[in-house]
Amino acid sequence: MIDDSVRVAVVGAGHGGTTVAALLRQHGFGGPVTLVGAEPHPPYHRPPLSKSAGGALEPLRPEAFYAEQRIGLTLGATVRALDARESVLLLDDGSRLVSDVVVLALGARPRRLQVPGADLPGVHTLRTVDDARALTGELGPGRSLVVVGGGYIGLEIASTARRLGAEVTVVEVAERVLGRSAGAELADRLTARHRAQGTRILTGTAVAGLTPAPDGRVGAVVLDSGRSLPCDVVLVGIGAQPCDELARSAGLECDGGVLVDERGRTSAPGVWAVGDMTRRPLAGRSGRFRLESIPSAGEQAKQVVADLLGLPAPAPEVPWFWSDQFDLKLKIAGLVGLGETTVVRGDLDGGRFAVFHLDGAGRVVAVETVNSPGEFMAGKKWMAAGSVVRPDALADASAPLRESIVEGAT
Amino acid sequence: MNLIKITFQDAASGARTVEVEPNGTVMEAAVLNNVAGIVAECGGGCSCATCHVHVDEQWIDRLPAPAPEEGDLVEFLDGAGPTSRLSCQLELTPQLDGLVVRTPHAQG
Repeated sequence: MIDDSVRVAVVGAGHGGTTVAALLRQHGFGGPVTLVGAEPHPPYHRPPLSKSAGGALEPLRPEAFYAEQRIGLTLGATVRALDARESVLLLDDGSRLVSDVVVLALGARPRRLQVPGADLPGVHTLRTVDDARALTGELGPGRSLVVVGGGYIGLEIASTARRLGAEVTVVEVAERVLGRSAGAELADRLTARHRAQGTRILTGTAVAGLTPAPDGRVGAVVLDSGRSLPCDVVLVGIGAQPCDELARSAGLECDGGVLVDERGRTSAPGVWAVGDMTRRPLAGRSGRFRLESIPSAGEQAKQVVADLLGLPAPAPEVPWFWSDQFDLKLKIAGLVGLGETTVVRGDLDGGRFAVFHLDGAGRVVAVETVNSPGEFMAGKKWMAAGSVVRPDALADASAPLRESIVEGAT
Repeated sequence: MNLIKITFQDAASGARTVEVEPNGTVMEAAVLNNVAGIVAECGGGCSCATCHVHVDEQWIDRLPAPAPEEGDLVEFLDGAGPTSRLSCQLELTPQLDGLVVRTPHAQG
């Protein structure tokens, strides 16, 4: 537990890092807090970058916030080295930031396509507001976009690009979109919806390379079948990898992300970590997980601040995330893939439904919802409580949700 | 523009009154002032239900009724009560000068 003589440096000014700094002050911590961000922009919301066109910067906090809260904001600064023993950070301008506690919140970066032509002009990835501006600046009526990867980023951009009038083709190597994170019912309905909006979706299709147009920009995506998809713009959305180089070179234990415990502690005393760059335990499950989501980063920020200030640990969370595509508000809680059976509530083709994933005992282990906030909240609550549901009652959308519960919280 | 006062009551840290311009939402007023107990993960999209507040009974009838989406989110929210609202859906107006809300024990 720290007192106000302790200096805290938070490295990374995304959602996780900014939340750590804000929560420290909310809970009355009075010592120096410095928030170091690599981008020149003040901390901003990332989710809108793929969901809305134009790359508008939506600040996480108003400009006056940081001065009022006495949070030192150092922007446009990359940390080159961390001396974990002394809690000293070396910045790229040669300056040193000396602290007592370091919280790493460096996030993840887009995975790159490992094929010929992947670096051609016109080939984009999406993580930052600058990425979003560069990409959406190239989209519009008559433009042709190929999205490589049918994950959430790819589908959100496909939706945004259609709104902007671009022709869109999504190429996914697996047999269906969202293979890692969604069930078949949801993936199939989303695919149908994107197709109805004029997006071409090719599944079970790998990319062999990208070829230039006469002007030197990307001109086509070549599939492994040999078929060529002419295009003006490419977005690569094939996942992200943790920014753990600093942690690794500082000697922190890493394995596909910085390893932390349920309090956000790394293997080095004095160094904590949060967000997309970490792999961490989840209550009630074995192993460690690297979750890439705003709610996950927020939970870890709570865990770290509770640990630092000696507060009660936050209640175990149910992981969740959201996505917006066209007029569909998707909210997903739990981890799809742990379930043995699924129960559909609502009309799968009606634009408003929920898919509950149940384990062998009838407990909800995940829920995927489309325009169904009540089902989402109920499912999340039932997961937290370990409630057992009656599948037939749950499937009856005309019956109140609460009548589905056999035992546990309603 | 005249500032208006909003009071956030918190079981752990007591009451805190902030003065803000009467535009934006109650959630934004809380975030600007780093009020404890308002998380607002989704930034005001009526998605995450982490900006839940209990509106003081004297004020609840002076607020516009919730849209169906907000009502559905709040119905199954842990710790929700009869005057629960999502503060990102409460637009500030000069008429809300003096509004009192209570933040819940935990969000989400």
